[in-house]
Amino acid sequence: MTDLPTSRIDLKAVLHSSAPTIAKDDHSEGMSYLQSVPRRLVTLYLPLSIIVIVLLFPFYWMGLTAIKPDEQLLDLDKYNPFWTWNPTFKHFYKLLFESHYPMWLWNTMYVAVCATILSIIASVLAAYAIVRLRYKGANMVGGLIFLAYLVPPSILFIPLATVVFQYGLFDSPMALILTYPTILIPFSTWLLMGYFKTIPFELEECALIDGASRWQILIKIVLPLAIPGLISAFIFCFTLCWNEFIYALTFLQSTSNKTVPVAIVNEFVDGDIYRWGSLMAGALAGSLPLVILYAFFVEHYVSAMTGAVKE
Amino acid sequence: MADIAIAPRRAKTEIREASAWDQLKHNRNWLGFWFMVPALAFLIFFLAYPLGLGIWLSFTDTRIGRVGQYVGTENYEWLWDDAIFWLSVFNTLLYTFVASAIKFGIGLYLALLLNENMPFKAMLRALVLIPFIVPTVLSALAFWWIFDSQFSIISWSLKQMGLITENINFLGDTTWARICVIFANIWRGVPFVAITLLAGLQTVQPSLYEAATLDGASRWQMFRFITYPLLTPIIAVVMTFSVLFTFTDFQLIWAMTRGGPVNATHLMATLSYQRAIIAGQLGEGAAISSAMIPFLLAAIMVSWFGLQRRKWQQGENND
Repeated sequence: MTDLPTSRIDLKAVLHSSAPTIAKDDHSEGMSYLQSVPRRLVTLYLPLSIIVIVLLFPFYWMGLTAIKPDEQLLDLDKYNPFWTWNPTFKHFYKLLFESHYPMWLWNTMYVAVCATILSIIASVLAAYAIVRLRYKGANMVGGLIFLAYLVPPSILFIPLATVVFQYGLFDSPMALILTYPTILIPFSTWLLMGYFKTIPFELEECALIDGASRWQILIKIVLPLAIPGLISAFIFCFTLCWNEFIYALTFLQSTSNKTVPVAIVNEFVDGDIYRWGSLMAGALAGSLPLVILYAFFVEHYVSAMTGAVKE
Repeated sequence: MADIAIAPRRAKTEIREASAWDQLKHNRNWLGFWFMVPALAFLIFFLAYPLGLGIWLSFTDTRIGRVGQYVGTENYEWLWDDAIFWLSVFNTLLYTFVASAIKFGIGLYLALLLNENMPFKAMLRALVLIPFIVPTVLSALAFWWIFDSQFSIISWSLKQMGLITENINFLGDTTWARICVIFANIWRGVPFVAITLLAGLQTVQPSLYEAATLDGASRWQMFRFITYPLLTPIIAVVMTFSVLFTFTDFQLIWAMTRGGPVNATHLMATLSYQRAIIAGQLGEGAAISSAMIPFLLAAIMVSWFGLQRRKWQQGENND
């Protein structure tokens, strides 16, 4: 199995030497020519397609359930469950016009945007101070912020519930707007520290000589150069907010204040009659904004995810 | 012109001492402090203080709507004799260990596959990450439906293939329920592991593989002696995060099983929610979540040693 197909190498080598310009231009092929097509089919495409199908199947199923008529949902023998010929938008209609869903969507969006903006402002200032002002103890504070990233919400929600109650924030969106930054700030500070480090120090020195204050440097020089980093941080924070569950479940009580994840779990599941169609429609509608956002900013998203881990 | 040039020199004011206000405005340390204020305020009021408060609450008998008294280690003693608590510890460790190990295996495999050259590479990578983007609760609901006891598509397919005759009671049977939640967790975690490891893989020099190929290395040898050693530091960090978030998982379980059947899928986080918020025993719930801290510290230590190892490796490479 592991023997190299030597004749193939010779042939390729000859081809390459006869057309050196093509070989120079195309580095993308790498060493993949060493593998034959059938072998690639078994070792690469087959396992890859199985994994991708498993990863995406729940979304297909979610979407299909959301547009299936009710009688087809519960009768698996008469209709083929994997497809439907008469899709219905009844579940979406019910969701949008006969439930509080638009309000929950609005709550989620409102909380996510506010918490994200607050955290980005705080993190920009903190990251700049740690990386560029390098005050006494900056490294230690950076380490502490990283440690804060490792403190999970599941051990904080009980004491936070009492704190939120003391501050009189219980059952208001402010409770979430003020507590989400504890999850977001450590993450985005580390991400932005990485970005700020890549901005040439000389630019700031020039500005300092020209008499700019630190604030002006930050606003007029550093931030415009760090826009990709800011977008990454923004998108990732927004996704984290949208995804957050345990704080929203604990701190909010009234139906009209809930966020989408909490509302779907608590309000749509009544007794034993699972309204699967509208449940799946709700899940789909709640995921769609994030997926669309993600589709536009894939690269930023990936750099956010890997950047925070690499540091 | 000359007048203008000379005038300021004549009118030169003596250099005044920096006032306290100037110090606050220009001193590096003070400036750093002002810049840190917003972030620190959030982290102190809503993270550090609650963390301490949580440990304090675990030594009191606080309930919802009643200020607690200090009761010493009573909550912990009570938990020590509580079979459900120990079951939840067992479940958490099982869940974390099995899910993390499989996530690592499949994630690394998927990363290696995605690192190959193929058509639609960028699109495939984007698709793979979708389970990580979609809110966990919402995908957990999809799994809840997929694992439904009566209308499960898996039971239906297996019945059509003639492999089983009765529906599998996925979330009603203790063993099956554990398998299902672990599967859902793996499903959600694999993209994160795969994409971050892929970023690590892309930093490995292709020339190393070319050299190894010339030396007659097999594909397994290339993985074992080139890819794996160079990837170790990032694996350490990724797996720390993965273990940490699996260990403290709450939403997946809450949306799928709420700890049932007969507490078979209760994790420490879900149990603490049930005791503290639903039953109102804040003190006891806080004790359960405080009991998670030693495990978390252990995970952080592992991460720290992983980072140390990276430094050591880099030092060696620089020679």
